[in-house]
Parts: sequence; structure tokens; C-alpha cells
Amino acid sequence: MSAATNTNCLLAIEGLTVSFDGFRAVDDLDLYLDEREIHVIIGPNGAGKTTLLDLICGKTQASGGSIRFRNRELLKLKEHHIVHAGIGRKFQNPSVYEELSVFENLELSYPRGRTVLGSLFFRRDAHVLERVHEIAAKVFLDGLIDCEAALLSHGQKQWLEIGMLLIQDPQLLMLDEPVAGMSVSERIKTAELLNRITANRSVLVVEHDMGFVEDIADRVTVLHQGRKLAEGSMASVQADPRVIDVYLGH
Amino acid sequence: MFADYSWSELGSIFAMQGFAGLILFSVFVLMALGLAIIFGQMGVINMAHGEFMILGAYVTWLISNLFADHLPGLFGGFFFVAMIAAFLAAALLGALVEWLMIRHLYHRPLDTLLATWGLSLLLQQTYRSVFGAREVGVDLPGWMLGSIALTDIVEIPINGLLVMALTTVITIGVYLLLFRSATGLRSRAVVQNRAMAGAVGIDTGRVDRLTFAIGCGIAGVAGSAFTMIGSTGPTAGQAYIVDTFLIVVFGGTASLLGTIASAFTISQAQSTLEFFLSGSMAKVLTLVTVVVILMIRPQGLFAAKLRR
Amino acid sequence: MNPLSTLRRHDLLSLAILAVIILIILPLMLDIFRLNLVGKYLTYAFVAVGLVLCWGMGGILSLGQGVFFGLGGYGMAMFLKLESSTPEATAIQSTPGIPDFMDWNQLTELPVFWLPFQSFTLTVIAILVVPALFAAFIGFAMFSRRVSGVYFAIITQAIALILTVLVIGQQGFTGGVNGITDLRTLLGWDIRTDTARYAFYYINGVLLIGAMVAALFVQRSRLGRLLTAVRVSEDRVRFSGYSVAHLKTFVFCAAAVVSAIGGAMFTLQVGFMSPTLIGIVPSIEMVIYCAVGGRLSVFGAVYGTLLVNGLKTSLSESFPELWLFGLGAVFIAVVMFFPNGLAGVYQSVRDRLGKRRAVRPGSVAPGASSANGDGLVPADGTVAAEGSPPSQDARAPVPAGAVTLS
Repeated sequence: MSAATNTNCLLAIEGLTVSFDGFRAVDDLDLYLDEREIHVIIGPNGAGKTTLLDLICGKTQASGGSIRFRNRELLKLKEHHIVHAGIGRKFQNPSVYEELSVFENLELSYPRGRTVLGSLFFRRDAHVLERVHEIAAKVFLDGLIDCEAALLSHGQKQWLEIGMLLIQDPQLLMLDEPVAGMSVSERIKTAELLNRITANRSVLVVEHDMGFVEDIADRVTVLHQGRKLAEGSMASVQADPRVIDVYLGH
Repeated sequence: MFADYSWSELGSIFAMQGFAGLILFSVFVLMALGLAIIFGQMGVINMAHGEFMILGAYVTWLISNLFADHLPGLFGGFFFVAMIAAFLAAALLGALVEWLMIRHLYHRPLDTLLATWGLSLLLQQTYRSVFGAREVGVDLPGWMLGSIALTDIVEIPINGLLVMALTTVITIGVYLLLFRSATGLRSRAVVQNRAMAGAVGIDTGRVDRLTFAIGCGIAGVAGSAFTMIGSTGPTAGQAYIVDTFLIVVFGGTASLLGTIASAFTISQAQSTLEFFLSGSMAKVLTLVTVVVILMIRPQGLFAAKLRR
Repeated sequence: MNPLSTLRRHDLLSLAILAVIILIILPLMLDIFRLNLVGKYLTYAFVAVGLVLCWGMGGILSLGQGVFFGLGGYGMAMFLKLESSTPEATAIQSTPGIPDFMDWNQLTELPVFWLPFQSFTLTVIAILVVPALFAAFIGFAMFSRRVSGVYFAIITQAIALILTVLVIGQQGFTGGVNGITDLRTLLGWDIRTDTARYAFYYINGVLLIGAMVAALFVQRSRLGRLLTAVRVSEDRVRFSGYSVAHLKTFVFCAAAVVSAIGGAMFTLQVGFMSPTLIGIVPSIEMVIYCAVGGRLSVFGAVYGTLLVNGLKTSLSESFPELWLFGLGAVFIAVVMFFPNGLAGVYQSVRDRLGKRRAVRPGSVAPGASSANGDGLVPADGTVAAEGSPPSQDARAPVPAGAVTLS
């Protein structure tokens, strides 16, 4: 796949830079994402992978560059507006509402009634119930739908968080190390889940597990010290000598 | 308001108000230093900080009476003894309070706030029961009264100079303790990464207790200074607690220098304004300005740039 | 949409019990003097209920609710004072037609900001709107900059202090340290008669119950669950598409308005308003009422207020010294050992009687349907509202503290 022009791709990042007190965590980065593409970001620690996700979803302010989502500039938007635009972010440490049940976690992420008044008068109608159960089933949690989130295993919490994003029906799903801490069988199920849900959306994944990356990636970008080191299919990147030097090892 | 005075007159007024505010500034600095250590370093809100200060004031009063009754010849030097005693008394009480109460609440700052408020009520009532509800005053030895004339308008009170000097010594002492001594290093280590500090063998419980005690001890010394600007009563500490918190937050909890700069700014602003406005409006104006600035810049005026 | 439909059956029952106690039992048991005292306590309960919303649910500790209580109280006091300061009644003053304290301070005309309080309608509007606007302003300024927790609490304290100093200092405009006193009639009716006292007591009771219904409605709505979520994981809420600043500002304003209504009812029942009710000390005391009752329970807040104030009156008559010790000890005890107050104790007793059971992941086979129907917590949005760390969570018998949150 060739890099599309600005107006055609889903996400266009150009010249993105952020520096913290002089340290450039992301340095003049270009990245393009197409519709229905699973794009994985790999690289050594400190390469700026999580920072990149932070910049896209608005958690961190960029110092320069541009991020255009369907031609809409994201850098100036507030976090919740970026979510409304259709971007969902999963955090490295599972970030779910521990005190609430799986059902309530999913329901709170249902994309209706997201203003103060809207949430005051939000009704849990049949459509909401149906959707919550549907998503719960998709993320393998329908048997635990009333269980308190704090009691789930680490892997199940990751799935719950993915579910909380899915129910918003985002067009771009960003996952930060989704299989970290998962068992082998959980990884297989997660790969299967991700392949299923990209039918109508793009996914941007940060990962370290090369086996998992091979399973899911359409394209791979390697970051190093905030800059793009290599890009392409998994095979081409794995064969790239610079990447082997810096990250994959001989 | 300012237009009524000539430039040199204004200069003299600022200078005079400035020096008159020396003791107030010193009290603020000492209180804020103690609180900055406890809050800034440990994240603990001590709403009873004013009561630790008043403990120091009461101890000073007791010592002054002791010397007056039993050691009249040495009365001139009682103040130094009183300061040391005030420090020790407040520090001991602080260690006790930390052991009984604070250490159970480290992860819950809002709850610490409420619990220490309860403590402040307890202490106020204790003072009332032990020392009586009426305020007491501390007599100063002759050499500490009076002032030195700099110019024909500006005079510096001697006790102000003394307290300033002592405050400077204590501030330097605190800085050295925190940043140049092994104890300080351990304390900062515990604050920054408790688990690791414990893993390398630092007794985090003891370090916490020591840090809290030192913070309270400094408040005790502030109490000694306080006896020179106000009468000591069971509820006198209440008047300063909000100001002290604002000073600490305004200065940015990261640096001691910021705390000092903040104490200076706020106390001087208030003293100077008092010359032109009524006492209450001066306080209101100062506080409103500080609050507005904090709303615009929550990390404080003198804080380092945040990593966002 | 029927607001009562989101309330649980349990809520309605508790409301009914409370209504019976406040509106029937207490007036029958007590003489008018003591009933008036209870009425005064119930005005504090407004503030406590507001705190359940902003502190218990939203995690926003405001140590300056006295400010809003005072704004409501002073608003009503100003109206009442103007009503009793007619030119005929004040004929002996140097400037008839203005309140006595203004005359003593050599004012010759009503200050501009007093003028709207000549009209009852405008007064009522002011009592509701001014605190809301003020809270919205402070709240939004701080929440949009992510100021919260301890810093927010300190700033609310500072604001309470500022208002106290201002009110006391400007005695020509506000009555100074004595407050606004000698209030006589409301729209022609003498407020000092027993009949008036009964009337205000009932009005107060009804308004309080109304405020509780509103608070419960918020608690049981999605907004209530969102507030719990914000307390637990603010970022996740933000990244699910909500403006956390808006949510927090809303509850803070709601708490402000409710407190203001309490303040206005205070003025009516007690007959004066003074700066001793708006500063830091009363504000923190009202937090304690809420903490003792249970910061997550609207009912707990009311019962807690009545309990603490009842104890205060009886103890400070017999053992004045003991009272402050007692209050300080209660603060510490509640914070350290009973973070959910009386309501928490009540809840754990109910739990021990086996009304609810946990659902543990290991006990349910993966993929099995959850429709056993027996012993499961009903999925009707019942949040563990009565539980917060370290707590006896209604759903799982994990040891307290195992659910660790930041």
C-alpha cells in the first residue's frame, strides 16, 4: 500500500513534535493510516510509542506538527471532542471502573447522553441493554456481566476496556500493549477479536509481542528515539537491518 | 490612593511598612516552611499546624515565666531557650500525632485534612483547659524592645531584626538538612519512591515521623516569634492556617525558595496595603489576588514548568 | 418522565419514613421551642445533602459551603430587613427608610446591590441564581484547569475566609460582625409568632425532602454513576467522551443552590443571619455532619446532621468543655474508622443479614449465562453507592482495602 494523500486517508500525522523541557519525545513524525487498516507501532522503550498515542487522543499537547483525522485537525481539540470525532484509546494499564460491574462499565461508555443533562435523563432502554450484551459477548465477558470489574483477571480487564471502546463504535481504535500480561490462550483470543473488529474500523496498536504483531498487522512502523526508523509490512520490517540493530536483535 | 504621596514619601512608607512587617513575614516563612515540608514533601495536609505554632507560643510564655520567677538574672536570654524548647515540644507532639494518626492516612489526603482539623479542635480545647481561655502575653527583656533608626522616617524594630536573623538561620538549617544531609536524602527518597526506599533498607516509618516532627517543630519556633506580634490564646492559631496554606500553594510545593518568595510577597502585600486601606480590605484584596492567580495558574507562581 | 421511577423502592420507603419523622412525629413530640431548634438543624441538613452530591459522589471536598449557605441566608435577611425598615418604622433615624445599621454607619441611601431585595420575587431568584453563578464561576475556573482535591479544598477555605472578612469589614453594607438582625415580618406576616414558626418548620421540611428527592434522582441516574466513575478513574471518563469539568461544575453548583435554600430557611426560622455561619468553622462543621451520616447517603446526611447537632446542644449545655473534645474526636474517629459514617454501618448490618451475595468470576463457567436469578445483584444500575474504599463493598466479601484505588 502506498501512502495516500492527505485527504484520502483516515489519519494523517505530519511533522508531529513534542518536547518535554528540551527532551524530544516525538520528533518530526509522519504517519498515515488508511481505513480498515491494522497498523502496529513497535520500537524499543522510550521510543515515543505511548507518547504518540497520548498526542493523538489529546492527553498530551504537541509542540508542533499536525494530526488530521478525516481532514479535521485534532491538535486543538479537547479530549472528549476527540472521542466524539471517533477515536477510542485504550491505556497500557487497564483503566476500567473497578467499583462498577462489567455491565455498568460498558453502559457508561455507551455513546448517548454524554452531556450533563443527557446523563441526568439517560434511560436504559432495550437498545442499550441489547448493545451492552452484544459487546460483552464480543469481548468474551457475557458470562461475567454482573461481576465487579475489580474481580476480573488482568486479561479480562483488558478485554473489558476494549469492549468499553467498541461500544462507542470508534472509527479509529488505539490500543496500547493490549496483550501485556495475558496468557497464551488469552493472546490467541485477543488476536482473533482484533481481526474481527477491524471490519469497519482502523486500529493503531502499540505492542512488543512479535508473534502477536505478526498475527494481526497489516502494516508496521518502527519508532526509535521519537523518529520513524522503518515502515512497511511485518516481513520487510523484520528484515530491515536498522531495525534488527536497534530493536529486534540479531 | 498612592497619588497623595511623593515618591520619596512612598519609598519611606513601603520601607517602614516593610520593616514593620518583618516579624509577620518571619512568622509566615516559618509556618510555611514547616507546612511546605509536611505538605510539599509528604502530601499531608496538617490543618492543626496553627495549633503547633500556638504550642510553641505557650511554651515560650511558660519559659518566660520560669525565667522571670526563678532566674531573673538570665531573663535577657530566655528567648533563645524558649525557642529551642518550643521546637522540641512541637516536634515531640508532631511525632506522637504522626504515630497515632497520620501514618494511617497517607493515601487519603482529603481525609488527612479532616482528621487534622479534628485534631486542631482537640488541641484548642486542651489549651483552653490547661492555660485558660484568656489570652496571655509574653514580656520581652529590655534589650529586645525599641528600634534602630535608619533614617528619620524609617525605624527597624530590634525584635524584628532578631526574629529575621533567626528565621534566616533556621531556613538555611532546613535547606542543609533536607538537601545536604543523609537524613534529608533519606526523607526525599521516601517521598519520591516509597517502595524502593523501603527496599533499600530505609525505615520509611521512622523517616516519615522525623519529617513530620521537624515540620511541626519549625511551626513551634514560629510560635515563639508569634508572641511578639500577637497575644497567645487557644484559638489564635486559626487566623494563620489559611494564609499559610495559600502561601505554600502559591509558592509551588516543589521548592523551598518558592515558598519563601511567596511568603514575602503575600506578607508584604498585605502590610503595605494596610497603610492605604482598612485592615480588612487589605486582607481581602491580598487574598482575592492570590486566589485569582491560583485559579489561573494552579501550580503556583514560582513552580517549575510542569511536564505535561 | 416520572423522576420517581429511577428511585429504588428502598429509597421511597426511606423517604416516607423520614417524612413521617420530620413532619408528623417530631412536631407531636416537641414543643415549639425545640421544634424550632430542629428546624434550624434541618437547614444545615441542606448543606449536608449538597455535600453528598459534590463530595461523596463527586469527590469534590468543599470546605466553604458556608459561603453559599450565607449567600442564601443574607439574601433572605436583606429582604426581611428592608421590609421592616419602612420610613414609618424608622422615622427616628437620621435617614428614615434604610436599615438601622446603615444609619449608624452614616449611610444616607441604600447601596445599589440592596435594591433588588425590595422585591420578594427578585429575592427568591437571587437566592437561587447568585450562588449557582458564583459556584459555576469558581468551579469551572478550577475544574477546567484540573484543580481538584486538596488544592480545591484550600481555595474554598480561602474563599470562605475572604467572604467572612469582607462581610465583617463592610459593616455599613452588611451589618458587620453582628449580622442582620431584628427581622420581623415576611410579606406582612410576623415571623416571630409560634404559628409562623410551625409554618416555616413544615415548609422547611417539605423543601428538604424535595431537595433529597432531587439528590437521589441525580444519584440513581447515569450522572450519579459517572460521578462515581470520575472519582475512580477520571481519565477513563474523559476518554469516553465526557467533559469532566462540566460534570464536576454541575454537582458543585447543585450543592451550592441546595445550601443557599438552607440558608434562606435558616434566616426565616431563626430570625437573623450573621457572618458566624459563613466562615471556615461552620463550613467544616457541616462537612462533619455529612461525614458522620455517611457521605454517600442522602438519608445519612440528614440523620447525621440531626444527631451531631442534637448531641452538641445537649452536651454543650451540660459539659461545654467536653463538647469540643467530643467534636474533635468524632472528626478523627469518623475519618479513620467509619469512612462511610452511619450509613456505612447500617449497610454492613444489612449485608450481614445476607441480603446480597457476591458474584465471583471463578464460580461461573466461562460462557455460561448469567441468568441464574438467585443471589445475583440485579443489573438495574444499582451501583455500590454505599461503598467506597476502604469499605464493606455490598457485592464482594473481599477484605477492606483489597480494592485499592488511588
